[in-house]
Amino acid sequence: MRTYVLGLIANRLGSSALTLLIVSFAVFFATAMLPGDTATILLGQAATPEAVAGLRAAMHLDEPAFFRFARWLFGLLQGDLGTSYVNNVPVAELIGARFVNTMRLAGIVTLIAVPLSLVLGITSAMFRGSVYDRIVTILTIGVISVPEFMIATSAVLLFSVYLKWLPALSFASDVASFWQVLKIYAMPVITLTFVVSAQMIRMTRAAVIDTINTPYVEAAILKGASRWRAVIIHALPNAVGPIANAIALALSYLVGGVIIVETIFNYPGIAKLMVDGVSTRDLPLIQSCAIIFCIGYLALITFADIVAILANPRVR
Amino acid sequence: MTTSTTIPRRLSYRFSWVGIIGLAIILFWAVIAFLAPHIIPYPVGEIVDEDYFGPMSSKLLLGSDYLGRDMLSRIIMGARYTVGISLAAVCLACFTGGALGMAAAVIGGWFDTVLSRFLDALNSIPSKLSGLVIAAAVGSSLSVLIVMLGVIYIPGAYRFARSLAVNINTMDYITVARTRGEGISYVVFSEILPNIIGPLLADFGIRFVFIVLLLSGLSFLGLGVQPPYADWGALVHENIGGLPFGAPAVIVPSLAIASLTISVNLLIDNLPKKIRDRSA
Repeated sequence: MRTYVLGLIANRLGSSALTLLIVSFAVFFATAMLPGDTATILLGQAATPEAVAGLRAAMHLDEPAFFRFARWLFGLLQGDLGTSYVNNVPVAELIGARFVNTMRLAGIVTLIAVPLSLVLGITSAMFRGSVYDRIVTILTIGVISVPEFMIATSAVLLFSVYLKWLPALSFASDVASFWQVLKIYAMPVITLTFVVSAQMIRMTRAAVIDTINTPYVEAAILKGASRWRAVIIHALPNAVGPIANAIALALSYLVGGVIIVETIFNYPGIAKLMVDGVSTRDLPLIQSCAIIFCIGYLALITFADIVAILANPRVR
Repeated sequence: MTTSTTIPRRLSYRFSWVGIIGLAIILFWAVIAFLAPHIIPYPVGEIVDEDYFGPMSSKLLLGSDYLGRDMLSRIIMGARYTVGISLAAVCLACFTGGALGMAAAVIGGWFDTVLSRFLDALNSIPSKLSGLVIAAAVGSSLSVLIVMLGVIYIPGAYRFARSLAVNINTMDYITVARTRGEGISYVVFSEILPNIIGPLLADFGIRFVFIVLLLSGLSFLGLGVQPPYADWGALVHENIGGLPFGAPAVIVPSLAIASLTISVNLLIDNLPKKIRDRSA
């Protein structure tokens, strides 16, 4: 059976690789094929036709689209992300430090959101129908139904306008003390934690409820096990797979959230870099950032699926 | 104990009061969006307050924005863009995705495989990211926004419709219709669609919420609806400077978005089971 599971996982990884190829194809064609000639944009409306033609040749824009895609993809595989149109700096250089910043933000949020959501999700499933469960459910649905920027602005209103604990919408680069670091990260982390936790709590709660509803947990309760014992000892071990799956899936909401949060709080990460790139139409930068985000998103979803495969005792 | 089973089946179409509240708020915004030009107290572009980010007053019910324009009028007009664009986009997404999904389930074979593979791959691009990439490539006029938001949610609508249609496709009456010599469009629209219309409508509502949220998010980043037009997300974007003062100009448009999306969610969660899971 071991080879069967390995085969399933290999299959899943292969399908992710194919997906990534199609996604990079879509990203490339969305940016490179759509109207708006890059050479004209770069040189401005007043450029002579000769200058435009020269630049097109220099940038390989006169080649068929498929060759350009192959060239771009090949460069990408070698780690060559191209050169920014706007300031002629290699894109890899622009992204480098900012990528670390974004990963740091995502890492901190994960460390806070996962334990928080596990506790809230599991306990609200245990006390299903109670006032506590209803409050948790209403809050999570509320957070899911509103745009991310509303959570961010509400956090600013609460913590910096009314309570005056934290500075509003600014990212100070001079960090002198631990307290300042904490103040800088507080607002983005609070916002993202809300966004991600809401999804995670919902999915964890559903996964645990699914397991609690099985006959064997009912049997455990009937034989006299306490509610805690029935859930923690009997139900949870079988819910680990679905819960891990839920966590990985919920973390993929970080991708959308981080775009809004980095922009609103002026956080120097790659999402902010990409949004700035969109306003200057810096296509190589946008393509690279988009591919990085897609890889992150796909990795989380693939991981979630592999966990689901491993956790399913029927295929193990 | 057995009373619940003796209630006649048609009574199960009853809505719960939470669902009715949701429906009422949705209708309220629909009417506002429809009548907008006739009910705004001041022209949207006119500066009526000497002060910017003015507070709520009897003259300006929702205060003024960053230029001293009347916020109430701008929100009423904003309803047009938020509701209108999202509605057009969700129709595009659900009609195209739904038709393709049902057709794929009926036709099967390589058509189904290739289309599913391709759309599933597109589905694994985060929606906000697609929005950014397309906005960078073609800008964001109102028509581009509608097509873009629609296209982004076609894969999801396709997947949902296909998964429902695959179950119906195995029914005997489909085999009978095929044997009778009916074409694909007849099987899709006359045999399959009536059986899955309830869940499809619920999906339509959920996707509408996604689109409202994505449109608001893009507008908030300054990449969605462009001036002189402004949807609710764009209103938050242009008035974000009022946040440190807690100006109503920032808070009210956010509340408007939340009231719309939460109402749609409430309505769908409280739809009669008979409509929601008819195919189940």
